[in-house]
Amino acid sequence: MTGVSLLDVEDLRVRFQRKGQPATTAVDGVSFSVDAGEVVGLVGESGCGKSVTSLAVMGLLPRRGTSISGSVRFDGTDLLALSPSELARRRGRDLAMVFQDPMTSLNPVLTLGRQLTEVLRAHTDLDRAAAKKEAVELLGRVGIPDPRRRAGEFPHQLSGGMRQRVLIAIALACSPRLIIADEPTTALDVTIQAQVLDLLTTLVRESGTAMVLITHDLGVVAGTCDRVNVLYAGRVVESAPRGELFAAPRHRYTQGLLAAVPRVDAPEGTPLHPVRGSVNDRLAWEVGCAFAPRCAHADAACRVPDIALSGPRPEHTARCVHPAGTPLEVA
Amino acid sequence: MLTLVVRRLALLVLVLFGLSLLLFAWVRALPGDPARALLGEKATPAGIAAVNERYGFDQPVWQQYLTYLGQIVRGDFGASINTGEPVVTTFFERFPATIELSLAALVLAIVLGIPLGYLAARRRGGWLDNAVVGGSLLGVVVPVFFLAVLLKYLLAIQLGLFPTSGRQDARIDATHVTNFYVLDGLLTREWDASWDALVHLVLPAIALGSIPLAIIVRITRASVLDVLSDDHVRTAEAKGLSRAVISRRHVLRNALLPVSTTLGLQAGALLSGAVLTETVFSINGIGSYLFDAVTQLDYPVLQGFILFIAVVYALVNLVVDISYGVIDPRVRVS
Repeated sequence: MTGVSLLDVEDLRVRFQRKGQPATTAVDGVSFSVDAGEVVGLVGESGCGKSVTSLAVMGLLPRRGTSISGSVRFDGTDLLALSPSELARRRGRDLAMVFQDPMTSLNPVLTLGRQLTEVLRAHTDLDRAAAKKEAVELLGRVGIPDPRRRAGEFPHQLSGGMRQRVLIAIALACSPRLIIADEPTTALDVTIQAQVLDLLTTLVRESGTAMVLITHDLGVVAGTCDRVNVLYAGRVVESAPRGELFAAPRHRYTQGLLAAVPRVDAPEGTPLHPVRGSVNDRLAWEVGCAFAPRCAHADAACRVPDIALSGPRPEHTARCVHPAGTPLEVA
Repeated sequence: MLTLVVRRLALLVLVLFGLSLLLFAWVRALPGDPARALLGEKATPAGIAAVNERYGFDQPVWQQYLTYLGQIVRGDFGASINTGEPVVTTFFERFPATIELSLAALVLAIVLGIPLGYLAARRRGGWLDNAVVGGSLLGVVVPVFFLAVLLKYLLAIQLGLFPTSGRQDARIDATHVTNFYVLDGLLTREWDASWDALVHLVLPAIALGSIPLAIIVRITRASVLDVLSDDHVRTAEAKGLSRAVISRRHVLRNALLPVSTTLGLQAGALLSGAVLTETVFSINGIGSYLFDAVTQLDYPVLQGFILFIAVVYALVNLVVDISYGVIDPRVRVS
């Protein structure tokens, strides 16, 4: 990319090796970038490598049995080359993360206030009292009613939505420049999802923080992201500005995903259009397009090793031999 | 919290009532005749009748029980048939020795067990982990009395590193205030007495502490492994906290919950396990006294001592439950 991006992930590969078992490649050469203040979506179905990508960027994968290659440049520094303690100093301060399950992501035996102040105290010069004050303020900012009282409460005294707000407050506490949100609304009630997503995007936009939003839900992407990267089998298969992706998807997988979204206004009895097969029916990228076994348009031409991302414009590229040319052509 | 304590104490009274009934029946179901045991081989029928009358053994059992119940409500637990000493007095003379030994064993088990279990979990599959898992198996399997005899033979008799028996060297003319010898030395500033009592405790504490140590190590290890895979630990890592803070605040603290539960159970095991250790090391605790009481069918001593032990056991568990609430806020609310 241009080299001025805030986050630049290049050819990231993550392999898990367990004793006595063949290695699994979870991420197979993912590249994407995030500019300062930009909200970028990483979309894909279960098992495509979204979460592993985010954990690799944060340096949160278990070291044993994991091999990571490629580069993750944050503001010019390769995070993969940092020592664990150098990386720890950056986590929470420069880049923060919001996790999927608010029910289990908070420590059940510490007060909410404590869980906020500890991140403030780790990365700023605030003393105990100032950190406490700031924690209450943060809780207020994420919409927790009566934040002063809540700061003294424990996670089990809050609902899932409230807990996710607290986790958002923790992520935002030290005004990081990048937030990675891994399925931040998936575990929440549908009625709460929109609220929490709204809150997250509003706060991120207000503070000018960049965000990587990881989701399997195209609806979430539609309302929030500037740019979208679609992942399949550990690689980005399409990258486009949000509007273009929805109006004119080029990769057949993206197209399939969009067609699979059920429409409320469709007449009763309209059949659903799932993407056939599962992520497990795939080719190795070294052999051909990994999506080919599930694709209606696949032919012998798709069996070429390492198909490159290409497209008429650099902003909108797809890793496809037979890209869709016309908008909304249903596969 | 206060209601919890009050409710538990009320429950304790009920438990003690039931226990006293069971004990009374059980003690009388023991084979043998207390009067015969007291008077020995040459007992005359007249002598036996006299003893039976004196202790009320000639009355119906239910009446004996009611009399006994009436006495203990007034705090009178009777006197030993053997020695004539009041049960309460003997108990408070001897109980400190047992408590001191049990505490030493428990402290040893906690101080070694929690860090070892934690390190084993952190280095899962490493040499330390294998050693700890193997060692703890050995600790549970080896009988306390065997370990006690082995320690005494090797370290005390052969190598002379530790005293072979007793609680304190007789040549030290120590003043005893509470009958906790280590504490007494500190209170009276007789440091040498305190130190000597401590040295006397080492081998018995290792012998008695081996089983709780093994159990604490295993539970800590399993519990830490469990917590390490929890989502909240990953959150703590994502916050950029130092490894030390994560270990202490987010892993160990959460992992101690199941460990604290076992501690209460271990307290009971320690009190009963103390009998064997006290016998091997000739410590005048309740263990050896209770042993004599069983062989002599000393009803008042048996009943009184076991009731006291039950009270202590229940109180220890109450303390454990309260501490559980301190560590885990979820317990506190419900």
